[in-house]
This record gives sequence, C-alpha cells and structure tokens, in this order.
Amino acid sequence: MIEATDLRKRFGDTQALDGVSFSAEAGTVLGLLGHNGAGKTTALRILNTLSVPDSGSARVAGYDVVADPHAVQRSIGVVAQDATLDELLTGRQNLMMVGRLGGLTRAEARRRAAALLEQFELTEAGDRQVKGYSGGMRRRLDLAAGLITQPPVLFLDEPTTGLDPSSRVRMWDVIRNLIAEGTTLLLTTQYLDEADALADRIVVMDHGRIVADGTSAELKTHVGGARLEVTLTAPSDGAVTALAPFMLGGELTVSQDGLQLRGPVSAEHGLASAVVRALDAAEATVDDVQVRPPSLDDVFFSLTGAQQ
Amino acid sequence: MTPPATETTAVQLPGQAQAAAAAAHATTPAKALRDVATMTWRNLVHISRAPMQLSDVTLQPVLFTLLFVYVLGAGITISHGNSYTDYAIAGLLAMNLVTSAMGTAVGLSEDLGKGVIDRFRTLPMWRPAVLVGRSLSDFMTAVLCAAIVMATGLVVGWRTGPGADIGGVLAGVGLFLLFAYALSWFSACVGIYAQDVESSQGIGMVILFPLAIISNALVPTQHMPAFFRAIANWNPVSAVTAAERQLFGNPNPASMIHVWPMEHPIAASLIWSIGLLAIFAPLAVHLYRTRVKD
Repeated sequence: MIEATDLRKRFGDTQALDGVSFSAEAGTVLGLLGHNGAGKTTALRILNTLSVPDSGSARVAGYDVVADPHAVQRSIGVVAQDATLDELLTGRQNLMMVGRLGGLTRAEARRRAAALLEQFELTEAGDRQVKGYSGGMRRRLDLAAGLITQPPVLFLDEPTTGLDPSSRVRMWDVIRNLIAEGTTLLLTTQYLDEADALADRIVVMDHGRIVADGTSAELKTHVGGARLEVTLTAPSDGAVTALAPFMLGGELTVSQDGLQLRGPVSAEHGLASAVVRALDAAEATVDDVQVRPPSLDDVFFSLTGAQQ
Repeated sequence: MTPPATETTAVQLPGQAQAAAAAAHATTPAKALRDVATMTWRNLVHISRAPMQLSDVTLQPVLFTLLFVYVLGAGITISHGNSYTDYAIAGLLAMNLVTSAMGTAVGLSEDLGKGVIDRFRTLPMWRPAVLVGRSLSDFMTAVLCAAIVMATGLVVGWRTGPGADIGGVLAGVGLFLLFAYALSWFSACVGIYAQDVESSQGIGMVILFPLAIISNALVPTQHMPAFFRAIANWNPVSAVTAAERQLFGNPNPASMIHVWPMEHPIAASLIWSIGLLAIFAPLAVHLYRTRVKD
C-alpha cells in the first residue's frame, strides 16, 4: 500500500534523506520514529505529493507519487504537523471545503462533515470560526479534514506533538478506531511509547537514514533479552570488569560519574544474585540492581548512539 | 548510430504508459469548475467575515469621487465648457479599479504564507483553481466597486452624454471590468512573487499607483510634459478611460490626440486586456507551480 524505495532528498547542505526504503502492507500501521530533523517529515511530504525526491521512487495505493500525483491524492488523507485549516472559516465550512475539493458531492460533504464533527466532539464548535479553537480542537478538526473523503491511506505527521496528556490519550483512541476500520496508516512520531502503542512496524530514522526496521518486539530483541542497571556506592573498575562477562550483544556503558552501569544481558533465573555475588567478589558496594525488559528507549538510544 | 526502430519503441513504451495513466487521472473539466466554485465561495466567506477589508472598493470610491469632483475638480477646467464631473467619473472608475486590483496580490500572498496551501496541494483538485477562484472573487468585488463609483457619480451630478444608450453604457462598464480582471492576473503574479503580504502590497502600490495617475483618468494629458504625455497616451488605463468616455458620451479630450490608442480607444482597450490576460494568467500559474514546489 505504501512503498518507498531508496528516497534521497537534499536541501542545500543538508542531506535530509539519504537512501530511505520502507513499506507498509494494506491495513497496517507504520511508525516513522526519530528526533527532529531525522527526515521523517521529508519522507512523509514525498509520499503525500507535497515534495518530489531528488532520486528514488515511491508508490502509494499502487500509484507513483511523482508520475501520477492526482491518483495518489485521491487515495490519501493528510494530517500535517502544523494546522492546515482556514482560520476564517468555521469548522464545518473547513470540512465542507476539503470534502468538495476532495471530490465529494455537496450532499455527501455536508453529511460527512456533520458525522465527523459529531465523532470528534466538535458539533458545538462546528459553526464557529477556527481562529477561536484551542490546540486540541484544531488537531481534531485537522484529523477530521484528513478523513472526510474516507481515504484508504492516511498520513499523520506527529499527531500528538504539543498536545496535553488528556488530548493525547483521546487522539490515541481516535487512531486506534481508524486502525480497527482497516485504514492503512503512516505516522511519524518522536515518542517511543506512541510508536510502541500504535504501530505494527517501526522504522527508526536518524540523520536521513534508516537505522532499524521491524516490529516493536523485534527491535527489543535486537537489543537483548533484558537490561541490567547497577548503581554503585562509589566508582569501581573492578565492578566494570566483573560485569563484562554478563553482557550479551552489546557493551556495558558507564555513566560519567562512574556510578551507573548499564548493559544488555540474557534474562536467566538467578541473574540478579549472580551479579551481586560477582560485584561482591570485586569488592564493589552496590546501592541498587535492576533487571528489566528493554524499552523502546533502549532500542532507540543503542541504535542512534545518543546519550541516555 | 541510430538504434533499430523496435528498440526505440520498447524503451519509450513504459514512459508512454505511465503518462497515459497519469492523464487518465487528471482533473476533469467539470471537477475543475467545481473546484473554482469552491475556492471562490471560500474567498467570499472570508470577505463576509471581515467586511472592513472591502473598504478599498466601498468607502474609498466614495471618498475619491467626492475629493476629486469637489476639491481637485474646482481647479481643473475641461475645454468647451464641459463639466469636470462628467469628465472625471470614467477616470475615477479606472483609478479605483486599478488600485483595488492590489487586493488580488495581497490575498494570494496571504494564502501562500499559510498552512492551508499545503492542504490544497494534497487534495486532488485542479491546481489553478486557487488562482482562478481568487480572480473571480476579486472580479465580484470589482463589480461592486464599479457600481459604487457610478452611483456616487450620479449623486454628485454625473450624467451620460447625448448619444449614449444603455447598450453603450453597459459595453463601457464591461470593457472596464474586463481590464480590471486582466489586471488582477498581473496582481496575482506580484502576490505569488512577493515573499509576504507587506512586500506584495509595496510592489503593487509602486507599479499600480503610477499606472493610474500617469494617464488621462483624472486630468487631460495635453498639458503634461512630453515624457509623461507619451507614457500617458500609451498607458492602457488611458485607453480604457477614453473608451469609457466615448461610450458614455462624456467629454473625451483625448480623441483629439493623434496616437493610435487614443484614436481607437475601444480596440486598444480590448487588445490591452486580452494581451495582459494572455501573458499574466499563464505566468501566474507558472509562478504558482514554481513557488509551491519543493
């Protein structure tokens, strides 16, 4: 349904996309995860026909985004990061306008607009100008505008950035409903928990490249069975040496003050006891030992090399 | 060496197939018309939300008419004892329509600076509908502007002259609105080219204001210095104003000037209007496509 092949895009001195390929099957959710400037939005803008790649190709709903943008536009809904609403129109008028331009008849547009205002709890505000809307209301109206033509493919660019926690939870519910209806979704996010909660597949991007691609579970496995975190009372080289044999598929990282030791381990019974005994033998005193499953944060940081 | 014909065909086929597929998904004329109607509607809703933005086509014409007729008109004499009021109304029509054409530039640059343009660009709509819709809603305000100038004129004593019939008056107004419409496409180019609302207003003012003033709209050109007289006699605003005066049966001193556009003002205004449209409408579409590409 969505297929990007070796996309490259350069803005001046910045290689925004440096050979990016990914795909999403129909009815699945693909999450593009990365920091600001990782290239997520650039990739999204190529897929939704706003931008043209320097090289590489992309197909959405079976159509080439460069050769046949009109056919792509008929199959997609787009919710951009900055609100793309008409401030002077009312919420309902915005939806009517987008519906009509999207190819609906006047009656269909009116019916869909009313249904969406209802669904997003905007009925009361529907006949007021958008310039008086709160951030959460704008985001919901923007999403409604993206949905008015009932497109099979939906692009969401950072749908919850800047929302307060309760609006964020509501937005997640809305997105889950869309997923249940079988919409193919591509969403970008800076939040690991968001990708973890919503996406079937996660593509991790950094500096215009893909650093990982897989399900949430696969990415966690990649990092190892479990994470060991030890807090020492005082820095100890002996402790570092003693823990090294426990490490699996990665290295032990030591915090700057030398008190925090972290690394991937295999989750076996009795691991914590073994760790404490080893540290004891190395004459290191320990404040805290934790063995936990890896979070997506661990994955992200181990892949992008960012400091935790 | 020329490759065999069969090979050439084989190489071209996929491209042709793709182009054909894309053409099949292009906007139909009916959808293009609906998109233009939707965009025009949207702009008219904007106007209804901020009616004071219309002051340049509602209050300004009344003000200009009163100022020119009563203040400047007091010091200007038109040959053969003709009244300045009868002379001035056609010119005031020109003056107001030309300066209000700036509205197109301002409206478009305002749109282009907003996120809503990205929304339009991801919709399966006819691209130029953004521009055509703008030109149509501005055309409607131009009609309003013309009506207000003429109504104000009637109040201060303007009358059509002998030999002017209703057909001539309508033709005169139509000629003017055609010119205003053509000029709005020039203004659209300014609006797209300028980076923001302020600069589009500035650029528009610098070009359109002299265009309105260095003409026969408000004073006869005969007494201007040679340099300005030459510009004024070839200025499209002069041609349109002279055509108007001729069709309204109002005093038209320019008919004595032996310059082609002044001797054939109706033909000249038509040529100017169609010429401006033929140049600036495609240019605006081109500038728009370039501006929104990245």
